[in-house]
Amino acid sequence: MQEQEQGAALLDVRKLSVLIKQSSRQKVRAVDAVSFSVGVGETLALVGESGAGKSLTAMAIMRLHKAQSMGVEADSIRLDGQELSTLSDREIRKIRGSTMAMIFQDPLSSLNPVLTVERQLVEAIRLHNDMSAAAARQRALELLDMVRIPAAKSRLGEYSHRLSGGMRQRVMIAMALAGNPKLILADEPTTALDVTISAQILDLLRELQTELGVGMLFITHDLHAVRSIAHRVAVMYSGRIVETGNVEDVFSRPHHPYTEGLLAARPHGSFSLDGHKLREIPGTVPSPADRPAGCAFGPRCNRSQPDCESQPPSLRNETGARTSFACYHPLKEVPA
Amino acid sequence: MDRQFWTYLGWRVLQSLVIIAIVIVGSFLLLHLVPGDMVDVLGGQRGDMDAELMATLRERYGLDQPVLVQLLNYVGSVLQGDLGYSYRNATDVLSLVLQRLPATILLVVCSVITAVFFGTMAGVIAARHAHRPIDVIISMIVLVFYATPIFLTGLGLVIVFSVKLKLLPIGGLITPGVDFSFLELVGDVALHLILPVFSLSLFYIAIYARLARASMLQVLDQDYIRTAYAKGLSTYNVIIGHALRNALLPVVTMVGLQIAELFGGAVLTETIFSLPGVGRLAYDAVFERDYPLILGVLLVCAFIIIVVNLIIDIIYTLLDPRVEISR
Ligand SMILES: Nc1ncnc2c1ncn2[C@@H]1O[C@H](COP(=O)(O)OP(=O)(O)O)[C@@H](O)[C@H]1O
Ligand code: SF4
Ligand SMILES: [Mg+2]
Repeated sequence: MQEQEQGAALLDVRKLSVLIKQSSRQKVRAVDAVSFSVGVGETLALVGESGAGKSLTAMAIMRLHKAQSMGVEADSIRLDGQELSTLSDREIRKIRGSTMAMIFQDPLSSLNPVLTVERQLVEAIRLHNDMSAAAARQRALELLDMVRIPAAKSRLGEYSHRLSGGMRQRVMIAMALAGNPKLILADEPTTALDVTISAQILDLLRELQTELGVGMLFITHDLHAVRSIAHRVAVMYSGRIVETGNVEDVFSRPHHPYTEGLLAARPHGSFSLDGHKLREIPGTVPSPADRPAGCAFGPRCNRSQPDCESQPPSLRNETGARTSFACYHPLKEVPA
Repeated sequence: MDRQFWTYLGWRVLQSLVIIAIVIVGSFLLLHLVPGDMVDVLGGQRGDMDAELMATLRERYGLDQPVLVQLLNYVGSVLQGDLGYSYRNATDVLSLVLQRLPATILLVVCSVITAVFFGTMAGVIAARHAHRPIDVIISMIVLVFYATPIFLTGLGLVIVFSVKLKLLPIGGLITPGVDFSFLELVGDVALHLILPVFSLSLFYIAIYARLARASMLQVLDQDYIRTAYAKGLSTYNVIIGHALRNALLPVVTMVGLQIAELFGGAVLTETIFSLPGVGRLAYDAVFERDYPLILGVLLVCAFIIIVVNLIIDIIYTLLDPRVEISR
């Protein structure tokens, strides 16, 4: 399942930073120069504890960050051959919801409470397709079928509060598919759902991804989800990517002490990491405002040396290692 | 409209009837607490009534009966659509009130619409440009509207637009002594209503502008607004199509709460602009101690306020599908 089908990069992000204004003078780099790419038909999982900067990364790509309080810097954000970072707001609007679409964490709050499913779906369809109202309604039914909503016709007139959590997220996914996207950014789409439902949504996303050949940036803090859905994974810590590679390689031979900590910290059989479950890694993620000068993981790292505090290690590929990592003293061996 | 909705409507109508009954009994008893009755008032004003005449009058109008009997008589006649007789105007109360009602309803309805429309528009524009110069300017104007009493606004508008600029009529509802066609009549009434409507609604424009701004800001911060942007919608379409309806909900609630207050303001406005409305009628009735008329006006106003509240509740449930319409 996890064979690498990496084609030409669909999304290529170079040195993307998100700066948050703290006061009129002060800005903090909540996302600090991350680079990664997502291939056509590929799923890249962005994984890390809460506050790592995963959502901000996705929002910056969609240009949905709060413009009054945040700034985005990037050497380049290329999507399907087009440079996004230099587009005007008007131009990016044409791409949002069509070439790239986003699914959010909480489907209840993410759907408009006073508009019917039909109204919200048809709006998304007609915005990016030249269609009559009747054709759009037909397409809405098709989309609801595609996300396996039974009795789709009777759901069209419903409001979100009358749907179950799983149904709501399916509607969100249908809406994301409305503009025939090439890239889907899914920000913790299963976190707000209970275990069974979350597994169903995960299956649906995986199937749709294969069926439609879309690329996916899948954000999660659930290692189990990473394993079941992603081809490659990028581990984020305090606004930076600390290790990346194929899921199999990262999971079986992590080189970064943080990745190893995450994997070791998961409770028996489960891969979930909810922040406080990480008992094996003492301490907490530093906020972007008081991130240490050198390696951000330093204060929590059991392998740290004095040279770790000099400057942040950059992501590199060491000979013999199958993953890229940002660490001066990486693990060399398969952990027991 | 499903069955749940009709059940809900039935309940609300029933509730309204109970409230009207309470209003009838309450205001009747309240007026009876005032020392002296209708005949005393008449006698005091004419000064030439002897005790015998007064007793005859009391007997004729049933005022010699115990309070409870009088109340039952009153309720009985109200149920038959008879609101009593105004001695001072020598007409029955209902026709007197009905004759004055159109002007008041016109004033109140136009004022509510004006207040909601301009208030919401100002609030939405302010929220859209929050903390920027437009927002600050709107806030300042709104503060002035908010702080100016109705009579001052009314007199000020009259002085500027009627007396100095001579653009609008000083008062009344229709230019007297002119033979209008229907369309001309509508235009004439509209011209007469501009100043009263703005005097009455400026304060409410201010209230709704503040409310709409706050609720719009809160709505714009919601996740579903982010979803709307993620679809690729423009800011305008996000605000009109996704935010406005949600932001209007508190405004609609507020209108319902303030409708009674607005009637109070209408009395004042009708007096300033000498509009032939119920407010003027009530004002005069109070000064002349015309109890049946006071009671009739109270009753009709209570009835209207209750009906308006019912309509607003229905609008609310239509705007917000989440409202639980059982109970
Ligand atoms: N609107 C915001 N205002 C201020 N700080 C924010 C805002 N959104 C996120 N942050 C900060 O940016 C960092 C990264 O946030 P986020 O991308 O949401 O993390 P994640 O999605 O990985 O949990 C956090 O430290 C958070 O406190
Ligand atoms: S660079 Fe040093 S402190 Fe950072 S993870 Fe590696 S060993 Fe630990
Ligand atoms: Mg997040």
